[in-house]
Amino acid sequence: MPMNIVVCVKQVPDTWAERTLNASDKTLDRAKVDTVMNEIDEYAVEEAIRLKEAHGGEVTIVTMGPDRALDTIRKALSMGADKAVLLSDEALHGSCVMQTSDALAKVIGTLEYDLVICGSEATDSRLSVMAPLLAERLGLPQLSLARKVTVEPGSSVTIERQTENGYTVVTSALPAVVSVVEKINEPRYPSFKGIMAAKSKPTTTLTAADAGLEGELGLAGATSQVDEFTPRPPRSGGEIVKNEGDGGTKVADFLVSQKLI
Amino acid sequence: MAEVLVLVEHADGEIKKVTNELLTLARTLGEPSAVLLGGSVASLAEKLGEYGAQKVYVAESADLDDYLVAPKAEVLAQIVADTSPTAVLVASSAEGKEVAARAALRSGSGLITDAVGVSSDGETTQGIFGGAIAVQAKVTKGIPFITVRPNSTAAEPASGAAEVVTVTPNISDAAKGAKVTERVVEAKGGRPDLAEAAVVVSGGRGLGGAEHFDLIEKLADSLDAAVGASRAATDAGWYPHQNQVGQTGKTVSPQLYIAVGISGAIQHRAGMQTSKTIVAINKDPEAPIFELADFGMVGDLFDVVPQLTDEITKRK
Ligand SMILES: Cc1cc2nc3c(=O)[nH]c(=O)nc-3n(C[C@H](O)[C@H](O)[C@H](O)COP(=O)(O)OP(=O)(O)OC[C@H]3O[C@@H](n4cnc5c(N)ncnc54)[C@H](O)[C@@H]3O)c2cc1C
Repeated sequence: MPMNIVVCVKQVPDTWAERTLNASDKTLDRAKVDTVMNEIDEYAVEEAIRLKEAHGGEVTIVTMGPDRALDTIRKALSMGADKAVLLSDEALHGSCVMQTSDALAKVIGTLEYDLVICGSEATDSRLSVMAPLLAERLGLPQLSLARKVTVEPGSSVTIERQTENGYTVVTSALPAVVSVVEKINEPRYPSFKGIMAAKSKPTTTLTAADAGLEGELGLAGATSQVDEFTPRPPRSGGEIVKNEGDGGTKVADFLVSQKLI
Repeated sequence: MAEVLVLVEHADGEIKKVTNELLTLARTLGEPSAVLLGGSVASLAEKLGEYGAQKVYVAESADLDDYLVAPKAEVLAQIVADTSPTAVLVASSAEGKEVAARAALRSGSGLITDAVGVSSDGETTQGIFGGAIAVQAKVTKGIPFITVRPNSTAAEPASGAAEVVTVTPNISDAAKGAKVTERVVEAKGGRPDLAEAAVVVSGGRGLGGAEHFDLIEKLADSLDAAVGASRAATDAGWYPHQNQVGQTGKTVSPQLYIAVGISGAIQHRAGMQTSKTIVAINKDPEAPIFELADFGMVGDLFDVVPQLTDEITKRK
């Protein structure tokens, strides 16, 4: 039985770049940095494509972000996803996680799916709560932090949920919301063929109104706000010593001098 | 004084240290009440008074253990609705954040995660982009749900009444969707939790193989430390992903962080640069980790680390 899968993907500033906030409205400064697909979402896309390859069905990418997030969508399509929906509206700028989960849930609600897959966290905001919030909003089981996913198409999904000291096996009926951690698979690089094929795959762009979002959107309606931000002063350089055969002793001396042992 | 709820984090019949930290923090915001959820947890209630809990809301149901997250979120939201607290504090653990998020949504409230400080007016402090920027923020809708990182406050004992209030949990069928069928422990026991540890010793690609991680473990054990690893080491399968420190791993802020054979890439620094004292051992004098180090040892880790472990054992 085929599996239709929705993958939620976010475009984020490259972690190699110097990241900051806008001085004016204290939201993420996306203009000054290179942006990439949130790295952990690549694992989510990969897992969806593998499930599709095993069971058939369609993979749909859902993204909320500015128009330039089309780059990220294109990457997911070149990896092998089938189609995409981009929710893009100036009015959504500055949305908090509660608003974003509402917007994504509304878009997902218009699609047909057996499984929703997210990356376990985004490298910019690092909240790690999107899968639980989507599960709550969609009224579906939450199977988050999966390091392994197994499905019985048309019936159930089972994951190994990574924990502090091992893993927990969690199982539910389909449809369900899954999030994956970065050790679940090895994401493929888009092939030349994949890149060419992506050009003709359908991407629908929705405005907030198209998605049925109303009320106070974006920054004005956010449930939390940033009041101030300050770059942390760089650490001042410490003492650097070359090992002359007594390196371990020297480190121990330092620890004693700092009362750390 | 207004009530501040603290969700108790517990495992294997023991209250986690972070809960005592949260109760200590809650005393600066109002009157702390603990929320204790689980299959059979009532016996833990008394202990919570030792860190100042005036009340302990105890809700027991096997469903709280048998199904993932959703039942806990429902019962927490139920207690929040009944008590209208000024704030809800939850540990910033993987599950803590998930429970807080769902309960906040059910309560029509906002959420702030990974706070390292909360002031009496509800303003939180967080480090973002791996601690590169300090942010002051607050929840502006509903009741502030705030998850707080371990080691943000020092736990200080205080006497509290710990009056037990038994709550009958109302858990919907919808919350019983994700069934926990097995819990598997893989880690060797005995070492402190990475997120909570006062000392962390991490190993990287410089170790050259899984078999050399015992050098790191021995050094860690001499300091009662937790073991961390760089992504190069976890990607290579030398150490479990749970122990990865950095951008896509854990963020730690211990008293002492020792980086061994780790270059100090920006994504690794994102997980450890707010540590109080940083020691680096690396054979490359140009390694960026030395820019952060309070003490750097340029040398071969295979010479330096065993000697260091011996010295620590001798001097303790
Ligand atoms: C989106 C994203 C997320 C990432 N998340 C993380 C993360 O969470 N955590 C993380 O750590 N990385 C993360 N990375 C990877 C990061 O960029 C680095 O690749 C990684 O941290 C390198 O690990 P390392 O320092 O162990 O290895 P290397 O950079 O290869 O450094 C090894 C070091 O060991 C030293 N060395 C070698 N032999 C010896 C010896 N005998 N004695 C002493 N020193 C020796 C070398 O001089 C070198 O400095 C992420 C990358 C990306 C793109």
